[in-house]
Amino acid sequence: MFKYLPHTKEDIEAMLKTIGVDSIEALYQDVPKSLKHHDLSLPSSHSELELYEHFQALANDIDVLKPVIGMGAYDHYTPSIIRHIIERQEFLTSYTPYQPEISQGTLQYIFEFQSMISQLTGMEIANASLYDGATATAEAMFMICAIRKKQRILVSNTINPNIISVLKTYAHYKGITIDLLDHHEGVSSLEALKAHFTDEHAGLIVQSPNVFGLIEDYAGFKDVLEEKQGLFVINQDPSTLAHLKTPSAWGADVAVGEAQSLGLPLQFGGPYIGYLASKKAYVRKMPGRICGMTKDSEGKRAFVLTFQAREQHIRRDKANSNICSNQSLLALFVTIYLATMGKKGLYEAAQLSMDAAYTLHDRLLELPIFEPVFSGQPFFKEFTLKSTLPVNMVQEALEAHGYLGPYDLHEMGLGDGSWVSFAMTEKRTEEDVETIIKALEALV
Amino acid sequence: MKTPKGLYYAETHEWVKVEDGFGYVGISDYAQHSLGEVVYVELPEENDHVTKDTEFGAVESVKAASDLMAPVSGVVVAINDDLEDSPELINEDPYENWMIKVELEDPSEIERLMNAEEYSAFCEE
Amino acid sequence: MSYYDTLIFDLSTHARKGYTLPKRTFKRQALPTHLLREDCPGLPEVSEVEVVRHYTNVSMKNFGIETGMYPLGSCTMKYNPKINQDLANLPSFSALHPYQPTRTVQGMLKLLDDLQSYLSEISGLARYTLNSYAGAHGELIGLMIMKRYFESRGEHHRVNIIVPDAAHGTNPASAVVAGFKVIEVPSEKDGSVSVEVLKGVVDENLAGIMLTNPNTLGMFEKDILNVAELIHDHGGLLYYDGANLNPILGKVRPGDMGFDIMHINLHKTFSTPHGGGGPGSGPVGVAEHLVPFLPKPLIKKVDNTYHIERDNETTLGQISHFYGNVGVAMKAYTYILSNGKEHLPEVAKFAVLNANYVKESLKDLFELPVEGVCKHEFVFNGLKDKSTGVTTLDVAKRLLDFGVHPPTIYFPLLYKEALMIEPVETESKQTLDRFIEVMRVIAKEAKETPEVVKGAPHNTIVKRLDEALAARQPVVKYTDIPK
Repeated sequence: MFKYLPHTKEDIEAMLKTIGVDSIEALYQDVPKSLKHHDLSLPSSHSELELYEHFQALANDIDVLKPVIGMGAYDHYTPSIIRHIIERQEFLTSYTPYQPEISQGTLQYIFEFQSMISQLTGMEIANASLYDGATATAEAMFMICAIRKKQRILVSNTINPNIISVLKTYAHYKGITIDLLDHHEGVSSLEALKAHFTDEHAGLIVQSPNVFGLIEDYAGFKDVLEEKQGLFVINQDPSTLAHLKTPSAWGADVAVGEAQSLGLPLQFGGPYIGYLASKKAYVRKMPGRICGMTKDSEGKRAFVLTFQAREQHIRRDKANSNICSNQSLLALFVTIYLATMGKKGLYEAAQLSMDAAYTLHDRLLELPIFEPVFSGQPFFKEFTLKSTLPVNMVQEALEAHGYLGPYDLHEMGLGDGSWVSFAMTEKRTEEDVETIIKALEALV
Repeated sequence: MKTPKGLYYAETHEWVKVEDGFGYVGISDYAQHSLGEVVYVELPEENDHVTKDTEFGAVESVKAASDLMAPVSGVVVAINDDLEDSPELINEDPYENWMIKVELEDPSEIERLMNAEEYSAFCEE
Repeated sequence: MSYYDTLIFDLSTHARKGYTLPKRTFKRQALPTHLLREDCPGLPEVSEVEVVRHYTNVSMKNFGIETGMYPLGSCTMKYNPKINQDLANLPSFSALHPYQPTRTVQGMLKLLDDLQSYLSEISGLARYTLNSYAGAHGELIGLMIMKRYFESRGEHHRVNIIVPDAAHGTNPASAVVAGFKVIEVPSEKDGSVSVEVLKGVVDENLAGIMLTNPNTLGMFEKDILNVAELIHDHGGLLYYDGANLNPILGKVRPGDMGFDIMHINLHKTFSTPHGGGGPGSGPVGVAEHLVPFLPKPLIKKVDNTYHIERDNETTLGQISHFYGNVGVAMKAYTYILSNGKEHLPEVAKFAVLNANYVKESLKDLFELPVEGVCKHEFVFNGLKDKSTGVTTLDVAKRLLDFGVHPPTIYFPLLYKEALMIEPVETESKQTLDRFIEVMRVIAKEAKETPEVVKGAPHNTIVKRLDEALAARQPVVKYTDIPK
């Protein structure tokens, strides 16, 4: 007997009798003999106590460092209540809400999630949800290519190179061509856009804050795009949207991004959650699940998955995306985070992150080992500097004090080997800044 | 199942009504019935060209989607705007509510469609 | 379950707070106004207790595996062990930034690399990537591997992917997104593919075939070795959709059947929670000759040290920002260690025993289109007695009244009244007997009081919904609601 398998000897005998066979093995009679596999070479069954011991042993081989970097994964604070609520079995163990009568819980939080993403981005309709920010951007690329029936797009090279790399993979197999737009002083350039955006392009994809942490200014972008029927996709960290001008205000047709920064644990890179929101007119080209409000047969308010005829399970090979349900529990996570923080808390957490980042930035520049890389645009919570010392020396000095950072941008092919990136969140304190500065002063 | 006489029908369940060299195109009662409650009709734009036996739009119900195939070729001179806000008109009267009006390019295409009797028999198969 | 009709926005009261944040002495930074938004996002202002109570009430409108039996075909709704959750939440793992130097995360990488090896051993394929986020994502990555393989051989003309008409809708959708053309072939009555039918569609443009075995009717494809030979002889590859892996754990391996590429749904076979639709995880495994094409970054062990290979010349490219849903992978890893080599094969056997038991106990009242032993699931074509007018949808809705989650309905498309039942191994004989009894009661009601079944559900917190209204007059966010 095993704790997850309730079958007693008597149960098995009675069941076999009903079926009319004399052994469970007989239920595999249709499997060719030559295919039958014996004896999995796997570890033996572990009791719970042994599992804890085993994980402790693995943990002994891990040093958790305090991140002073981001690069797409930010160490923000998670309010305690979230874990407790999302682990309620009603949320945790249920399936995709195909039976709406007994899935109103899931459907309601999806509706609330859509409403909140819409509030943050200013867009008319949001889906729930996508795998991560990078694949969400790839889905946005498919979407604008399908809307404009064009197979070419322009992508700013200030987007995080990992996102560009995912875009290139998806584009290659779908037969889409990507042209890269050059930056000026670390931000997407209007002049370059004017020079390079053509009738052949379905649209433009940009990111703000970008890979260098800089806030981009899209004044004039929409006009250039509209002249050639180009669509505008903005990838934006949603945690900045209590402060910053919304994608909608810049004229975006589609807003996407990574919502990990809304309190999701780092968890070595996943699970995270991508969001995608657009103008209502484009809903039929949108990927993923969308929940709508309706009534039941007695007139009660209720929720249901809607616009399903866009999706793969109905359109099959004619669907614009192969996305099914995904990351739903993380949509709940984000919804509870945003409900808990509210408009003020989201602003305050981002403000603390920004204050810490600017303080660290200014203090680092007082040291003789750092210089600015770009001039002009302000950053948000992440910034790029030039190190006059070998980057690994700087990293080792911080790691000795338990910090992870700075990130060496050359690992992503950016800069000349001296560019480094730091990021701060509301979790980093005055003491952190002092420790970091002291550790680096020792190198001078 | 209603199948009015005087219209021409395609195997893909669209109908054409010919008037003064123009063809009005819609879907049949059989088609709207099989789809169920229609929630969205996607149509081409005026001045687009449609080609016989190729897709010119799509019609969606709650749990199905079906491409619309052009029974005739020509330039679209008008679309039925009412369907954008009231797709349920297709369920209410699929013959009154045409989808596109096409300037017929090749009147002989009509001859290759079915008449009402033939189409009724086709649907019963 | 209980009805609750308040949205979080309805609870919002100006100046109320649900959070606390520290006070810092950092200088307050101001950004240039032309970059700032002019309005405030309309997020709710609620106290902590209001948030907790609200979402607790919302949760009570949901049915979970711990509420009752969940025999949803093709979804493998088995019990989700609590220990998996606790271990994945340990701060040593959950607080790790994905860019920590590899020497500081050897324990994490060992776990992931070991999981990759366990999946190889279970499936008979050479190597796995955990980067793919879900089953559909796994399919897409698997097909990209196929495409990359043919590109590397200069066989750009190989664009045809054969998909049986009984397959999951994601199969053809994934094939098109990966740049292939779909050749749909009809399935046999038992959901299998016929070698004769396949012979008619294999040509020099063949790229591969997507299959699941057992198939969507729960039947083992007896001809699988011949199918594999035919496809391989024509230069194609075989893709295994791992949705139905549960009943063959430790019994037979896709790699041994001749499959070259597959994905595994960790959220089905390996007990990680479905979460109301994710996060799942869809690791992709490949045979030796396809290993060079796996997506980057790749976790691997070299001389007893674990590395993350960030790039190589042959990779198909990058398909995720980091290394996939690591938190989900940890739960599957825990499940494999909990069961161990002793109990994993029992998982398969009891899943098959349960399915056959339910099938044999109900086939006098429900139409069983395919006789013979099934694997983990089977499909009824509705009630045997068709004269009552009671449909599969009605039966499903009536089950709700008895506190049972309905089976999958109207899939596969082979049978008009398809009712797909997967009882899973974690259900006891007592639970199955109650399910059987309920199904028999419903069959009786269909004869005697069909209006009761047709009007179901009667006891749920909401009744049947107007889905056309939702699509025709979309209300998809709070501010869309007519005041």
